[in-house]
Amino acid sequence: MHELPIAQNILQIALRHAGDAKRITRINLVIGDLSAVIGESVQFYWDIIGKGTIAEGATLHFEWIQACFHCKDCENEFEPDGRKFECPQCGSGHVNLVAGREFQLESIEVE
Amino acid sequence: MAKKVTVIEEILSKNDRVAMVNRAQLDNAGLFGLNLMASPGAGKTSVIMATIHALGDEHRIAYIDGDLASSIDVDKVAELGVPSVQINTGGQCHLDAFMMQGALPQLSLTELDLLVVENVGNLVCPSGFRLGVHRNVLIASVPEGDDKPYKYPAMYLGVDVMLLNKMDVIDAFDFDIDYFRRGVEILNPGLAFLPVSCKTGEGLDKWLAWVRSEISTYNEAAGVGYEPR
Repeated sequence: MHELPIAQNILQIALRHAGDAKRITRINLVIGDLSAVIGESVQFYWDIIGKGTIAEGATLHFEWIQACFHCKDCENEFEPDGRKFECPQCGSGHVNLVAGREFQLESIEVE
Repeated sequence: MAKKVTVIEEILSKNDRVAMVNRAQLDNAGLFGLNLMASPGAGKTSVIMATIHALGDEHRIAYIDGDLASSIDVDKVAELGVPSVQINTGGQCHLDAFMMQGALPQLSLTELDLLVVENVGNLVCPSGFRLGVHRNVLIASVPEGDDKPYKYPAMYLGVDVMLLNKMDVIDAFDFDIDYFRRGVEILNPGLAFLPVSCKTGEGLDKWLAWVRSEISTYNEAAGVGYEPR
């Protein structure tokens, strides 16, 4: 997608929240499937842009959230199979997307 | 000792903040902004040129184009007598709020009624970056295939109207318009769906009516009540 600006934003947010910490050791990210982010690619840029900062070498931890729909007719929750969005249990098209758009930096761990 | 610090911040929040600054600039000038997104070759520039031809006498229109390289689109649109700004992203696959911020001072915002931004042709990345406009427009086209809502769902979530262009060639493709619409409707219930052909002009009257009505609603609302876009 656009992993360099994403890595840069992660670094800026983490540094802003680090206070007087000597080192940032871990960064916890919550990313929905629909964000179309490639973790390996963010990690690649992260290893470069983190150099020389207190976040150098920090572990990037990705919590991936699967796209999930909720069926308003039968209350079923399901992951789309990639070919259709209708409820696999009752066939209804009255479904809401309830997860998969997350794109947050949740927390950092510092020393 | 390691210590956990709770952050909970959107990763692209800085872009969102700049987008709000851009939006404020448009609102201060009373200028309604559209962001057109689509795959490469879906017909964004053709839709824009048809719009300028039809509405250019009623409204003062300006154009911002994002492309990796070249000024082909801006050259074409500028020939229609519309103030035009080229953003070359130099490889970046989408426009972002910072690029938009750099482009706005090149236009006389207070002397305009409609700003049309043509994003980089791409069905993935532009959906993640707000620019600071009022409405997002998605242009799909028949040759891309009817499965795109299922393959690129994020693009369909944050848009306010969608055009299905190149309807003149639908008989030459195995395009199941009902299957396509079902996917769109689930992702974005009630989304205005306008089949058009820039080649024959089919359906463009509905698109132009949508643009006219949006401009007049915007002017009545004085920019109040719009989602971040």
